[in-house]
Amino acid sequence: MAVSYFANALIGGVMIGASATLLLWLNGRIAGISSIVASLMFTKDRLWPALFLLGLVAGAAIYYALGGSAPVPRRNFPVWLLTLAGVLVGFGTALARGCTSGHGVCGLGRLSLRSLVATLTFLTVGLLTTFVVRHLFGVL
Amino acid sequence: MSNIIALITGLIFGFGLAISGMTHTEIVLGFLDVAGKWNPSLLFVLGGAVGVTVTSFYWIRKLPKPVLAETFIVTEVKNIDRPLLIGSVLFGLGWGISGYCPGPAIALLAAPNWEVWVFLPAMLFGYGLHEYVSKKFEVTVVNPTDKFPSQPEQPTCG
Repeated sequence: MAVSYFANALIGGVMIGASATLLLWLNGRIAGISSIVASLMFTKDRLWPALFLLGLVAGAAIYYALGGSAPVPRRNFPVWLLTLAGVLVGFGTALARGCTSGHGVCGLGRLSLRSLVATLTFLTVGLLTTFVVRHLFGVL
Repeated sequence: MSNIIALITGLIFGFGLAISGMTHTEIVLGFLDVAGKWNPSLLFVLGGAVGVTVTSFYWIRKLPKPVLAETFIVTEVKNIDRPLLIGSVLFGLGWGISGYCPGPAIALLAAPNWEVWVFLPAMLFGYGLHEYVSKKFEVTVVNPTDKFPSQPEQPTCG
């Protein structure tokens, strides 16, 4: 059970890396989700971001349709806290010009120091935040 | 053709996110919660993805141009500036609270529950807020169309 669990994580990671590889090799684009969303929202270059994000949703839908486990929502998670988190993620990744995919997967892939700093920063802050939220405030 | 590639790479990315467990907040927060019952599986996701990109990008950056486009469109920005650090801190806060980063939040539209309908609009509002603030106060120096300037002279992605 645990083995297939980690195998799935590794398979998923390799697929994400393969996707970023194909997009850069064929189209010359970086598979950074936050930049692709911003591009869809605020630029005239809308078609390929829309198609990529459509594919993103469809790809997840195929996995769930094939019997992959879909996430179960938390029952008692405060709505205001989830809203605040959403705004922070949107604003933060726009300001940093990259998220887990843009800085994490692609930036580290091209050995960018800037992306390494970003990745270490959001990972560290993420660890500390989860500790505070879960263990000091008891929100699960 | 390049639009079909965008769709297909999106498909692969979305399937990868879903199978990896990144759309499950209990797995993501289980990784970030080192003081709890630590779940290391995100290391496999990131390790697998970066393992592939480090290798493939090394070869791709030697090519004169992408197969289906004129130039590589990759940022030239290299400096570690305040927006990068502040933005990453804010993102880390939101990620650590919720367990969602942008990719999984969008992929979850495939299996929507109440959390998606709260988080996703809030995230999009965050993007809009940044756009508004950066235009009004020029917090960042670029406008969106210049966000990833091309490199006609130096066709690499580094």
